Amino acid sequence: MSLQKLNSRVALQNGSLLDPYNGEIYSGDILIEDGKISQIGKISFEGKVEKIDCSGKVVTHGFCDLHVHFREPGREDKETLETGAIAALAGGFTRVCVMPNTNPPLDTPEAINFIIKKSETLPVYIHPIGAVSKNQDGRDLTEMALMKKQGAVAFSDDGLPIQDGSLMRTALEYSKLVEVPIINHAEDECLRAGGLMNEGKVSSQLGLDGNIDLAESVMVHRDIELASYTKAKLHVPHVSSSKALDHIRNIKLSNNKISAEVTPHHLFFNEEALLTFNTNFKVGPPIRSEKDRLDLIDAVKDGTIDCIATDHAPHTIEDKETTFDLATFGMIGLESCFGVVNRVLVEESGMDLIDVIKLLTCNPRKIMGFEENLFKIGAEVELTVIDPNLEYIFKKENIKSRSVNSPYIGETMIGKINYTISKDKLYRDVDAINK
Amino acid sequence: MRNPDKKLNMLKNKHLLGLKGYPAKDLQTIIDTAYNFKTVLDRPIKKVPSLQGVTIVNLFFENSTRTKISFELAQKRLSADTVNFSASSSSLTKGESFKDTAQNIEAMKIDAVVMRHPTPGAANHLTNFIDSVVINAGDGTHEHPTQAILDMMSLHEKFGKLKGLKVAIVGDILHSRVALSNIYGLITMGAEVMLCGPSNLIPVQLKELGVKISYKINEALEWADAINVLRIQRERMGKSLVPSIREYREMFGITSKKLSQHKKEIVVMHPGPMNRGVEIDGDVADGDQALILDQVLNGVASRMSILFLLCGGKNSNGEN
Repeated sequence: MSLQKLNSRVALQNGSLLDPYNGEIYSGDILIEDGKISQIGKISFEGKVEKIDCSGKVVTHGFCDLHVHFREPGREDKETLETGAIAALAGGFTRVCVMPNTNPPLDTPEAINFIIKKSETLPVYIHPIGAVSKNQDGRDLTEMALMKKQGAVAFSDDGLPIQDGSLMRTALEYSKLVEVPIINHAEDECLRAGGLMNEGKVSSQLGLDGNIDLAESVMVHRDIELASYTKAKLHVPHVSSSKALDHIRNIKLSNNKISAEVTPHHLFFNEEALLTFNTNFKVGPPIRSEKDRLDLIDAVKDGTIDCIATDHAPHTIEDKETTFDLATFGMIGLESCFGVVNRVLVEESGMDLIDVIKLLTCNPRKIMGFEENLFKIGAEVELTVIDPNLEYIFKKENIKSRSVNSPYIGETMIGKINYTISKDKLYRDVDAINK
Repeated sequence: MRNPDKKLNMLKNKHLLGLKGYPAKDLQTIIDTAYNFKTVLDRPIKKVPSLQGVTIVNLFFENSTRTKISFELAQKRLSADTVNFSASSSSLTKGESFKDTAQNIEAMKIDAVVMRHPTPGAANHLTNFIDSVVINAGDGTHEHPTQAILDMMSLHEKFGKLKGLKVAIVGDILHSRVALSNIYGLITMGAEVMLCGPSNLIPVQLKELGVKISYKINEALEWADAINVLRIQRERMGKSLVPSIREYREMFGITSKKLSQHKKEIVVMHPGPMNRGVEIDGDVADGDQALILDQVLNGVASRMSILFLLCGGKNSNGEN
């Protein structure tokens, strides 16, 4: 791979231009001048220009991930804003939202400002999500309005689900002042009862404490009721169960302020993966049954799910190479994302590539209120060039994230990022391009 | 008798982590070999040189009385060198990782590890870091394969077969490694299994393994040839799992009165330690139909068999 400064004139030639916002695919070129798109379509190039051959490749919007953990400040040994940004580029992402469960958490305007300032020079756009409650302890609201002014794009106590229904109600009501979504990791802690994996056939055979799907669906139902009552924006992260999908599908008939995401790993794996006790499969919410997995795919197809988010959660080897109870929750996901969702949704489930790309581009952007129309003259460049047909094995040694806690190592992926262009940087995956 | 010193067919698996998917042929080999070793235990000199020069570490990260003693005796009867390591005093509490502890111990040149650990999957996990033979002596609520093997040996000894035998496991199935290993082993060997206990302590998904489930003790007693009575952990009392001891005893406790309502004699087993007057009454535990002390003796014989089959034959012909 290489990361270099974007030349002042770069031409992406002969690519299949996939515009998820306008729903169009056409062959053509894109000219980038001084970091902005200056021409789209059939272009005759004059003057000095760096030409990038995109024939046989798909040129599309840079991906946007609403849900990543970059661990800075506090656990820079797992990931930093900088290493996370490189991992994002390698996965085709030009824009990410970082969750606030850092140390200290992003629960003040100053902490939000720290992320904004530190990210300015990084090659992807990094948006902080502020904590809902001070110290994420589920008691008192943070200064949402001041945090919004500093750049917070949403509020969440991710990782620490808001148990107190009254606080959730207040947060939703107050969020209308700042007009950004509340994201609640939906899990009833009492029902979860310390569960380490999905409660079901496999947990009963492994003796691991189960986390019942109702722990999610009961909380999703509560949050939906509160959001509908308060008329606030609610985003449901990493939906994992059929039961939660039923609630979301139902509310969407009458409420367009509720959105939902799914992770690649909940679409790819089922609970049988845990039979080896591999702690890289320990995630929250847990990987559930095959029925849940298939229902999630259907929910993506019918629009119940709005977008893909990776929940990229880096952890050290030591955090994962331990017994199942002590291992931390989460897996990295930025770099494996496209190869996984393209395989599951396009190759195995028959979706059109353009509809899958929407889940990674304009759909998440719409939820956060980011610019959705990126193929236009004068737009700051955020582009990804993909080889959607390249089959390859996901390898540990190629991981750019500072952490390697990925259960995809050794899995076959379909589709690879060749180039990501963001801000003033050009990322290229030399191995993939030459294949 | 067959000479236990003679090299037998190796078992298919290098380790004994659990009985899920464990081959029936190997279970039978273990039981057959255990009978041979049991005769050693009746000799005036209860020791054979089968594992001379083999070093075994007993890693106990959780309290245990009889399993630990049983393994240690089995190792001594086989002339193995043994080292014991207990958890509460271990370096784990000082912050050393499980992996480091395991690798440090193996670096001292050992051949096998017998491990008890409170976390499901801990024994499987250990095999990721070390090359030694790993024998699971109980990993949380996952499996306790040597207990199930000694239970099966005891049933086999009593009935002369396992195929077709009806065994009811009574108690807190949800939190029992003994239950899970017995289910896997007994089903593999062709026995029928019924689970009986409070409805909140039996995961219904276990039906997929081919077991019957009943919440009525009389149903289980009517059906069973033998019952395996699980210890009710007192610390679970009152935590909304079992409301009280007296209620549990009334509903599921094995009393002579409940047993006398059924015509056939039901064989009673218990993996110990027993709560007399809770899950089993004293007179039943001490009665003729109880196999409880046979289980303990068979535990030593079974573990000798397992240790020998997994660790033996190494030194006699220089290959593993």
